[in-house]
Amino acid sequence: MNIARSMATLLAGVLFGFGLSYATMIRPEVVLSFLRFQDFGLMLVMGGAVLVVLVAYKLAPRLMTRPVLDDHFHEHPSVWNRDTALGAALFGVGWGLCGVCPGPAIAGLGTGNWNLLWALGGIALGALVQGLRAK
Amino acid sequence: MNLLQSLFPLGWQHYLMGGLIIGCGAALLFVLTGRIGGMSTVFSSTWSYLVQRPFFQQPRFVESRNWRLVYAAGLIIGALLWWLGFAGGKPEATAVPVWQLVVGGFFVGYGARLGNGCTSGHGICGLGSLQVPSLMAVLTFMATAFLTANVAARWLA
Repeated sequence: MNIARSMATLLAGVLFGFGLSYATMIRPEVVLSFLRFQDFGLMLVMGGAVLVVLVAYKLAPRLMTRPVLDDHFHEHPSVWNRDTALGAALFGVGWGLCGVCPGPAIAGLGTGNWNLLWALGGIALGALVQGLRAK
Repeated sequence: MNLLQSLFPLGWQHYLMGGLIIGCGAALLFVLTGRIGGMSTVFSSTWSYLVQRPFFQQPRFVESRNWRLVYAAGLIIGALLWWLGFAGGKPEATAVPVWQLVVGGFFVGYGARLGNGCTSGHGICGLGSLQVPSLMAVLTFMATAFLTANVAARWLA
């Protein structure tokens, strides 16, 4: 893998992980207090992130012919079907039970929160079982 | 002022600032490498190193597995920087019981991969690219998460 691209990816991840932590999304209790309507901070986190990403996704392909370190901008179209609906519903059940989603499960390890390894293991196992059951 | 305090008892600035920084991370990834940086795919793509079944050997996993691990490593380093610089280096901990972390985690992993996205994939990247299916996915998982978290708070606490 190209070194410059790896460094760029790492740096992007560092910002992402720093932001998740700064917003205390790495604390399951904070996420659960949002889901229990006690603290609406998560709306600001998601809203702030969506705003920046929206501007970047809209403007970059217009202002640049290609990304700085690659030859084209990727797209990742999402589809609405039975799998997406069922998957999202199950994801929500799990998220509501533990207050941990994939980003914070990974980032939280950088804060010495070893309890999150249980959630990380659960997520990895769930992803494995999903892949084994998929056609 | 009272409204702000009741909506955000712990303050609101750090939430907004953190969200903007998260957005900058995903935006930087896009501008520099052209990639869409959701988080849950790494949990499938990493299995492709170990599991030879055709599902895990799809090009979308095999071709992205290296950079997704680098991105995940960045997440840990970013959190570490925050922890050392802003949180005083006192280890974080959670009081959520282990069984809830494991069982909840399992559904998070299974569901995010079945539905092709999580809070970052559908929530941030999907909404950021104005995709209606992602909006529907977000509304769906928010609904089941609200329900589960409130039921759990009542019956499990």
